[in-house]
Amino acid sequence: MSISVSNLSKRFGQLAAVDNVSFEAPQGALLALLGPSGSGKSTLLRIIAGLEEPDAGQVNIIGEDATQRSARERNIGFVFQHYALFRHMTVADNVGFGLSVRKVDQEKIDHRVNELLKLVGLEGLGGRYPSQMSGGQRQRVALARALAPEPKVLLLDEPFGALDAKVREELREWIVRLHDQAHVTTLFVTHDQHEALEIASKVLVMNHGRIEQEGSPLDVFDRPATQFVADFVGESNFVEAVVSQPELVIWGPFRFTVAGHAVGTRVRIYFRPNDVYLTSKPETLQVKGRIIKNRFRGPIIEHAIDVGAEKLVLAHVPKGLSLASDFIEGREVYAGITGFHVFPV
Amino acid sequence: MAGTVSRIVRGPGVATARPKLTEPKWVRVLLTTIALVFLGAFLVLPLVSVFYEAFRRGAAAYGAAIIDPMTMAAARLTLLTTAVVVPLDIVFGLAAAWAITRFQFRGKTFLITLIDMPFSVSPVISGMIYVLIFGAQGIFGHWFIDHDIKIIFAVPGIILATWFVTFPFVARELIPLMQAQGADEELAGHVLGANGWQIFTRITIPNIKWGLLYGVILCSARAMGEFGAVSVVSGHIRGQTNTIPLHVEILYNEYNFAAAFAVASLLAFTSVVTLIVKAIIEHRIKNQMTLGES
Repeated sequence: MSISVSNLSKRFGQLAAVDNVSFEAPQGALLALLGPSGSGKSTLLRIIAGLEEPDAGQVNIIGEDATQRSARERNIGFVFQHYALFRHMTVADNVGFGLSVRKVDQEKIDHRVNELLKLVGLEGLGGRYPSQMSGGQRQRVALARALAPEPKVLLLDEPFGALDAKVREELREWIVRLHDQAHVTTLFVTHDQHEALEIASKVLVMNHGRIEQEGSPLDVFDRPATQFVADFVGESNFVEAVVSQPELVIWGPFRFTVAGHAVGTRVRIYFRPNDVYLTSKPETLQVKGRIIKNRFRGPIIEHAIDVGAEKLVLAHVPKGLSLASDFIEGREVYAGITGFHVFPV
Repeated sequence: MAGTVSRIVRGPGVATARPKLTEPKWVRVLLTTIALVFLGAFLVLPLVSVFYEAFRRGAAAYGAAIIDPMTMAAARLTLLTTAVVVPLDIVFGLAAAWAITRFQFRGKTFLITLIDMPFSVSPVISGMIYVLIFGAQGIFGHWFIDHDIKIIFAVPGIILATWFVTFPFVARELIPLMQAQGADEELAGHVLGANGWQIFTRITIPNIKWGLLYGVILCSARAMGEFGAVSVVSGHIRGQTNTIPLHVEILYNEYNFAAAFAVASLLAFTSVVTLIVKAIIEHRIKNQMTLGES
């Protein structure tokens, strides 16, 4: 295991920022710590880096207990949210800093700096100052600087947080490529689920200092382990109802088959808008409804549908399909639900 | 004004009705004139008159007053005091700014208040405190007399008093600067394997050097010009415990105006130099702030 964390806890006064967290990251993994702000993901990352001391628990890096080691002895690469580039140094000096404090001779440093600047696509810009670069370029300088001393693990704190949408997307792809090339175990913190789901090999969903779910992006999206994950990852319709007959919940016109919930218990059912399919003519297991409101959301159109229950059901339909089917406001449609998750209330 | 603004906001054709941001011409002329007259009367005129009085009896008299042994002794003592106090202030200011901006601890607000104390206490009082502590009748007076150590009415007292009134300057200059810059760069250096000394010399110092220099300039100017606190502890022994400001006072009280103004012109000259250096450094700090990441 590259990184292995067991029973980590950290309190700030009354607040349990990290609450008994354990997980492992195999060599070469690309892990995402996903959670809302205040969920403790950044604190967890800083504890692994050695920038924050845990109250309890252990951090192992490449099989060795690093809990007592200071950050400078852990040999990790860390990219700060706002890059923290040395403002008075040139880009080349920034990238070479980790080597020069280790007393590597200048010729080797120059060689490595050029190699890295090439890797991050900033060849020939070594003489510039950070203030003369764009946000995306600075981010890449920060990455090159972190990679220069050949760390065993790379930790990124909200790596794309401060960039605009277009640059984020470019850097996302670019990080995956870099990870494939450098093959260093990477752990990154993000509050952006698209980022986590798109590039991570494994996602850890955090809330209130705990790991709610750990799994592949598909797992986390399709099989949420807790209500929080169902709610936080992706978008969801959720409805509350009572199990009225064995293995059956009725909500409005919909009938959900549920297992493992006793008759009379109240349950909450989550289903994603993209798991609601709409047709103009009735098909099996569909119910009749009326389109109340349409919202244009780029590649999809969101239809709010009144099915005669206490709240509207949201359905996401690809734009082309929606337009072709003429799903306009006020029209009658037929809706079916293809997938849902049940949690006790 | 409030009425004008709300009318514009409510009005339908907002673009055409722009609020007037400049005052009428006569107001501008009047205000500028007042400012210039004030500057001339209270700053330029006194400065010019110092040099005018100093040279009234001719360059020879001026020269004689400057190379007078007592003046030279006063100048030496002032320079010595400054040379001792400024490094102490740098060390203290750096340590205080570092502690306040990089760590969380109990009593931080109290420490900041304490640093500001010399600004709020009258210099005469600070001089008196030292007399009360170290003087012959003071708390530790007997101990010092027994060990034949002279502090009050001697050079150590002057240095202590000057140190007291100047120690906030460097810290006050560095605290906001270091707060604005944050600790991220230092943490980044730490993670990259730099030790404490490498972080300090290669990251912290280059980031704050202009602010530090600015603090040093203010500190030196005050150290050279300090009168009140030094006057209380000095004893005014000519050639021994007289600094330049005290020497000016003595000459003036003796109706030796030409000499008094000649010596005063030395101080005035250092202030002018200080102002110029200060302006240059301020310009550099501004450049450095914009050089940093926003």
